[in-house]
Amino acid sequence: MGRYLLRRLLQLIPVFIGTTFFIFVLVWAVPGDPFAGKCGDRRCPDAYVDFMTDKYKLDQNIFVQYGSYMKNLLQGDFGETFGGRSINEIVVNAYPNTLKLALVALAVEALIGLTAGVLTGLKRNGFLDNLVLVSTLFLIALPTFVTGFVLQWLLGVKWGIAPVTVSSDVSFTELLVPGFVLGSTSMAYIARLARTSIAENRRGDYVRTAIAKGLPMRRVVGVHLLRNSMIPVITFLGTDLGALMGGSVVTEGIFNINGIGREVFRAIITKEGATVVSIVVILVLVYLLMNLLIDLLYAALDPRIRYE
Amino acid sequence: MSDILVSERSEPGADGSGRPSGRLLEVDDLRVEFRTRDGVAKVINGVTYHVDAGETLAVLGESGSGKSVTAQTIMGILDTPPGFVTGGQVRFHGKDMLTMSAEERRRIRGEGIAMIFQDALSALNPVFTVGFQIAEQFRIRRGMSRSDAKKRSIEMLDLVKIPNAKGRFNAYPHQFSGGMRQRAMIAMSLALDPEVLIADEPTTALDVTVQAQIMDLLAELQRERQMGLILITHDLGVVADVADRIAVMYAGRIVEEADVHELYEKPGHPYTLGLLNSIPRIDEKGQQLRTIKGLPPSLLNIPSGCPFHPRCPMVQPVCREKVPPLLQLGGTRASACHFAEEVVNRD
Repeated sequence: MGRYLLRRLLQLIPVFIGTTFFIFVLVWAVPGDPFAGKCGDRRCPDAYVDFMTDKYKLDQNIFVQYGSYMKNLLQGDFGETFGGRSINEIVVNAYPNTLKLALVALAVEALIGLTAGVLTGLKRNGFLDNLVLVSTLFLIALPTFVTGFVLQWLLGVKWGIAPVTVSSDVSFTELLVPGFVLGSTSMAYIARLARTSIAENRRGDYVRTAIAKGLPMRRVVGVHLLRNSMIPVITFLGTDLGALMGGSVVTEGIFNINGIGREVFRAIITKEGATVVSIVVILVLVYLLMNLLIDLLYAALDPRIRYE
Repeated sequence: MSDILVSERSEPGADGSGRPSGRLLEVDDLRVEFRTRDGVAKVINGVTYHVDAGETLAVLGESGSGKSVTAQTIMGILDTPPGFVTGGQVRFHGKDMLTMSAEERRRIRGEGIAMIFQDALSALNPVFTVGFQIAEQFRIRRGMSRSDAKKRSIEMLDLVKIPNAKGRFNAYPHQFSGGMRQRAMIAMSLALDPEVLIADEPTTALDVTVQAQIMDLLAELQRERQMGLILITHDLGVVADVADRIAVMYAGRIVEEADVHELYEKPGHPYTLGLLNSIPRIDEKGQQLRTIKGLPPSLLNIPSGCPFHPRCPMVQPVCREKVPPLLQLGGTRASACHFAEEVVNRD
């Protein structure tokens, strides 16, 4: 187990370098001039452009640029924007908000999605089952910005039972509606995944054994059936955290949350390459670590899985 | 044994027929059908059998003859849908289990009637330790503490002769060998000291040497505990040593029921005769095995009259028209053949 963990952690290094380099190249491959429009109506003076180009090593080979970026990164320095603002500051301000939003979304989808999935998986073709199937299809089909604006208008403006936008303290209660919006599509997938998994395992021989032992139905489902049906759901939930954080641009825009989605969007528009790369690099890390965590969770859920 | 079961026993024949019955477990004219997309499959068509304390009844039949479905109906683990009970009763201590409340029925499972399944690997929950799965019953059904339940579970593992029971308590099913798993399964089913044990092909998934060990163990435990044992099998070799009575099933019916020796000596139904003839014999080495011609009937479309008539070597016109009832034949045996007497007295 310890050796497995070490090996997995070592494997993270090449993956991390590869993905970050790819992102780095992509960001700088986008055509455009970071200093176009920087100086109002006029072209920027050549002296300014030369100075900035030199300062940010923009005339250097991409490998050299990447190398120097990574060198600073390993020392905990994300660099500066062209305006001279510390990217570390942007990251520290924006990340916790997005993480909170993503966690609320994750909680919402796990709670509602799982409950709906388990209930419908146990009793298929009933009214509830059809209701869930139709409503999940609806959620999957609707783009996030539609769900977002509709709920914002309905709950926030019309009925006034939820804040219209999120304040700067970003409390968890304020994030309930945005979290629901962000997690709605995944919630629909979780419900369907759990439904299939439960329905499949419901007919399992070991469930029959548990019933034959005279255990109460609550225990048969809650202990024997659920544990076996959870593996695909856990996988989905784990990888979804990264997807939620990366996919929060629209939701953050609608509810005015100061998170990484907004920062990254702004940085792409203004060609702040270093900011884009920095934010994405952390996302990559989140993905990698969540994947590792899921793989470790498998063994806890299913003892037949062993790490050599 | 729980108080509930004791009190149930003192209530004679709450079966609606008014007939008091001292039987431990009775299946009475049970009818089950499977409603599938292709039509209604009549899987059980009036099965009647019983088992008493200390007695072993072997239920014999080919795949699809309905022997397992009968057992599942008794246990209340029939998959519904597609399976539906359309008639008959299953009486335990004279009380019909099919009409009692779900809670009442649940209480009978495990401590009144327990069951062993064919494939212990899939029947045991793969993600819990064997110990947990046995101890669970003591904890949930008996309200024992974790440590007491563990102690009792280790005793059960010892009882079924699992070496180093204490050390094996925390092992998972996949860490056991096939035979050990079936032993663990037996330990689990006997944990609450049931009065009736249903063993659904308990040795089919095992290799031959292990089969004998498991059968010996079952027979021994059955004797010690004076349980009623229903042994479901298609293996004639297994039956001969352990069973007291045999019920032969075909197309969802009992076609013959007899004392084990009587049945082997003078079968009273052409189907039983065919089964016995199909056993490979050492003195006929090198010759072709004698088989029963044809295939078991589709349960979606059971032949008219005697369901065995298309395969029967003694078929007569009457067989195609009239369903032969299961009639008493002498004292302890019954056969559902129009020509039962002729079959018994052949040669």
